[in-house]
Amino acid sequence: MTALPETTQKKLGLVIDLDICVGCHACAVNCKEWNTGGHMAPLTDHNPYGAKQRGVWFNRIHSFEVTPEDGRPGRTVHFPKSCLHCENAACVTVCPTGASFKRAEDGIVLVDESKCIGCKLCSWACPYGAREYDEDAGVMKKCTLCIDRIYNENMDEVDRVPACVSTCPANARHYGDFADPVSEVSKMTKERGGYDLMPEMGYKPTNKYLPPRAARNSAENSDWPTELEASPGADQPLLRWVDKFLSR
Amino acid sequence: MHPAFSVIFFTVGSGTGYGLLFLIGVFGGMGLLPVDPLFGLIAIGAGLVLVTLGLLSSTYHLGHRERALGALSQWRTSWLSREGIISMVTYGPTLLLLYVWFYIGETAVTFSLWAVLTAVMSALTVYCTAMIYRCLATIHQWHNSWTVPGYLVMGLAGGAVLLLAVLRLFSIAMETLPYCVSATVLLAWVVKVLYWRFIDTTGHQSTAETATGLGHLGKVRMLEGPHTEDNYLLTEMGYRVARKHAGKLRRYVQTIGFAVPIILTQASTDAAGTTAVTLSIIAACSFLLGAIIERWLFFAEAKHTVTLYYGAERV
Repeated sequence: MTALPETTQKKLGLVIDLDICVGCHACAVNCKEWNTGGHMAPLTDHNPYGAKQRGVWFNRIHSFEVTPEDGRPGRTVHFPKSCLHCENAACVTVCPTGASFKRAEDGIVLVDESKCIGCKLCSWACPYGAREYDEDAGVMKKCTLCIDRIYNENMDEVDRVPACVSTCPANARHYGDFADPVSEVSKMTKERGGYDLMPEMGYKPTNKYLPPRAARNSAENSDWPTELEASPGADQPLLRWVDKFLSR
Repeated sequence: MHPAFSVIFFTVGSGTGYGLLFLIGVFGGMGLLPVDPLFGLIAIGAGLVLVTLGLLSSTYHLGHRERALGALSQWRTSWLSREGIISMVTYGPTLLLLYVWFYIGETAVTFSLWAVLTAVMSALTVYCTAMIYRCLATIHQWHNSWTVPGYLVMGLAGGAVLLLAVLRLFSIAMETLPYCVSATVLLAWVVKVLYWRFIDTTGHQSTAETATGLGHLGKVRMLEGPHTEDNYLLTEMGYRVARKHAGKLRRYVQTIGFAVPIILTQASTDAAGTTAVTLSIIAACSFLLGAIIERWLFFAEAKHTVTLYYGAERV
């Protein structure tokens, strides 16, 4: 049923630390690797070795450049993005068939492929671009938060986390229950000021992003040189003389 | 947004068909239309054919057409589901109206009932079609109060030019009808111009800064996309081909879709016989062509918030 649950017992999701992410794409690759054999398998590729390859990915890493308005140097922020498992998931409510649903027990948003007619309306309703249409299978696919890992009793407990989290070499991705106020992800979000993407849309995403920490060139470090000196100072008499001579 | 031709044909075809059925229901119910069996068959039949072809076309872009009936199940939350159900239900009164029109005539006790129900259900279906787009908060150009009036008035104008053409075919004179038809097309013109002005002067509240949440650090610009090639999100939601021709296409809509039908409709009032019929038919065809361009623009000019992650600063 495409009606959203009023509340969910758990709110499982991810914390993504934009301060730590180095943009290595390992999480995207491991996501593809795991999920092409997982619950929503396969993640079809078209023309994978040709010129115009395209395919299904549940996780993508964007890179942004952020430039302060006062002319101080900008910074690069690597920005992984996968399904945010929103509380107000419009991708679920617009679905005409009931293929899209949000689980009342853990808040994970899933697609029942056997009901999906491939109308693509859910992908139109998602502001974040989390839905992926599989042209081969004719159905919509999406991040499952690796339900086939996190509940997998055949795996060691330490491995029962989403593939993207398990593989991140920088430890920039964390998985946990946001409904539990003392969980690691809840504490991290509180301490570091974790935020929602496009909060103005009102989708209430479960996944949270931790902002980059203040950089060395920030306002707290105002002695950071804004430009290189054009001529040598008084402490370099020889260079000063050469500079004067050459400037004639 | 990618303008799928199946969806354009669906919304224009079924919109016009329901517009025609609405007008037949209203005028028929008021006793203003001749209860000639053949007229009923042609007029209601034309409406039903347009609606049915449109609905069939809407299933063309589906990944799994064989499961399309499943789309009728989620009426509690989904406008697409509601539209599917109401479009199916509309066949009931419409076919019954056709039956009494063809076999019994307006003496039938239930004639007005089926006429009114046909009109109401037709209007409701177009309303639901519009709401499928209106309810998507991700697209500013659709999520506004012009979308529903736009769909209703375009359907009504299409129905009006078609009804006039069918009436002319049967040499039925309705003195004031051509003026009503022109007024309806003019209304559609006004609504579309106001809609275009609205989307030209306003934008979505989300920006690249709110999409990334990095606005407090400065101006956000995409440095590197997630990959070097296109993906589904970009071909479906990042479509921009027609946008650069938007000005030209809007002028085509206004001439072919609105000005020409009005001029021809007015000209047909002074003409007689086959000339009047021909002018009315050309007016209807011209409107439909304009409506197809208008609907194409409705999709092509729609910008989705996901493009904020792919280099768009505003949507």
